[in-house]
Amino acid sequence: MSSDAIEPDRRDFLVLVGNAFAAVGAASLLWPFIQQMNPDASTKALSSIDVDLAPVKEGQAITVMWRGKPVFVRNRTKSEIESAVKVDVKNLPDGLARNENLPDEDPATDANRTMKGHENWIIIIGICTHLGCIPKGQALGDERGEFGGWFCPCHGSQYDTAGRIRKGPAPRNMEVPPYAFTSDSKIKIG
Amino acid sequence: MSGHTSTYEPTSRWGKWFDERLPIARVMHGQFVDFPTPRNLNYLWTFGGILTFILGAQIITGVVLAMHYQPSAAGAFDSIEQIRRDVNYGWMIRNFHAVGASMFFFAVYIHIFRGLYYGSYKAPREVLWILGVIIMLLMMATAFMGYSLPWGQMSFWGVTVITNLFSALDTIINGLGTAIVEWLWGGYSVSGTTLNRFFSLHYLLPFVLAGVVGLHLWALHTAGQNNPTGLDLKEPSDSVPMHPYATSKDAVGLFAFLILFAWFVFFEPDYLGHADNYIEANPLVTPPHIVPEWYFLPFYAILRSFTSTFLWVIPLGQYAKLCGVLAMFSAVLIIAFVPWLDTSRVRSSKYRPIFKWFFWFFVFTCLALGYLGSMPAEGVYVMWAQIFTVCYFLFFLVAMPIIGLIETPKKLPRSITDSVLGGSTAMPNGAAASPEKR
Repeated sequence: MSSDAIEPDRRDFLVLVGNAFAAVGAASLLWPFIQQMNPDASTKALSSIDVDLAPVKEGQAITVMWRGKPVFVRNRTKSEIESAVKVDVKNLPDGLARNENLPDEDPATDANRTMKGHENWIIIIGICTHLGCIPKGQALGDERGEFGGWFCPCHGSQYDTAGRIRKGPAPRNMEVPPYAFTSDSKIKIG
Repeated sequence: MSGHTSTYEPTSRWGKWFDERLPIARVMHGQFVDFPTPRNLNYLWTFGGILTFILGAQIITGVVLAMHYQPSAAGAFDSIEQIRRDVNYGWMIRNFHAVGASMFFFAVYIHIFRGLYYGSYKAPREVLWILGVIIMLLMMATAFMGYSLPWGQMSFWGVTVITNLFSALDTIINGLGTAIVEWLWGGYSVSGTTLNRFFSLHYLLPFVLAGVVGLHLWALHTAGQNNPTGLDLKEPSDSVPMHPYATSKDAVGLFAFLILFAWFVFFEPDYLGHADNYIEANPLVTPPHIVPEWYFLPFYAILRSFTSTFLWVIPLGQYAKLCGVLAMFSAVLIIAFVPWLDTSRVRSSKYRPIFKWFFWFFVFTCLALGYLGSMPAEGVYVMWAQIFTVCYFLFFLVAMPIIGLIETPKKLPRSITDSVLGGSTAMPNGAAASPEKR
């Protein structure tokens, strides 16, 4: 190189702009290849279901599928409701309601985990928040753990009758899916 | 490749013509026929050849299985049974592949412990070692996706548990973990969509693996092989040509290994698997006790050992899951840093009286973690898993750096030839294995 500083000329500018253009183009082509792995239109289309609650008597529970996930629907007994209501939110490992029908920061009181006027129904996504197993406790003979709710056999997480984590490795309460009562005994999930 | 030049001389006219245009025979001859190999290699050095053989066998049997397998949630489970019952020799080829995965890990673990014991990771073999860690990671990813393909209960729930590991990121940025997990699944839960992409990647990764194995060999032949003394090749009598000496020893090791392999294939094909995987995947029922394949058990034990209270006093609370996930990945990645964690200048543990004991305790730690990973996560098993998890990391982070500084190594032989023929002159205490390189 000569000792004189070479002024960047028109050609340098064109090379720079040309390469930059090609690089941005190549990078933007990555997005379709990443996005194709996300849930497709047919998967998203299955996003709401109707459930008839009439056949579920007090103390019974049913499991329905929503978006490929099991949803626990339990008609709680009086004593199950009482034991969930009297828990102090301050003592819970996860103090948030985790209810998609409510704001994110609402506390995990029993009222916030259920629907006003339908407090006997607890409706949650039946997936342990630890590593995604299905907790036991839906069938009458199942092990329900120390708190009478659900017990995850994989790594021993224990949930209470409001589906809140009480003991074990799971970090969060089981999630309440978006749902609404369409009549006194029917709900729409999603 | 290395400083060694091939002695290949083409004899025919055609050979000369070809050699001037593509010297592949010259390169292969130089690297795999007259390549100088330490004369004192023991049978632990035959595992590299054994592993290359298994990779080739897995690719061949895998290509055949893919001709009969149906990668869909509806067809996968039945097509495996069809391969086992109806396809001509399908039972045998399927067993080769399934048992082959276990044999692959069995051999690779011996290969890694060999490297740890004889200090094969030390200069100038750091890149060789790191490529080995990358190979192990690729093997783990491939085996994990392969295990999902039969679409049995263990396949389904294993995938569910392991992909859910990424949801631990929700504790750092809310929603990030869930977004990653749904991206991996292609849905809101593990489904046939997930199975299809795993099949595609399971077919791809072995070829990536073969590429990295090529680099691993290139790095090996650049630095030259380590050996039980850890000394460098110094004089011509220290080495023998690879063929027929090392190749015939490799063949003996390989055949012995194949006897074990064949015994499993023909007499105990399902011993290393899990009975629950012969129940078709059911998204509504979790098996009472989820366990991964045996080769993942130590890492699984580390993952599960992080509970809301770690070792009686350390409160982890809702970070328990994140800590477990980070510890499990760190347990593999920390191996890549071994060349810099070990401060000793002597390679072989043969001459390291203190480190040798810690090495065997580390082997015991890994076996203990493997046993604990197969047990239910409750009571005393959790406590022991926590203790051995701490031991696992202490070996790398405390034992390796400190022992190298305080230990007085035994006398090293002057050369490989002396170690074999019993030469009289020995190096003084504490002398480096390769002082000329530093």
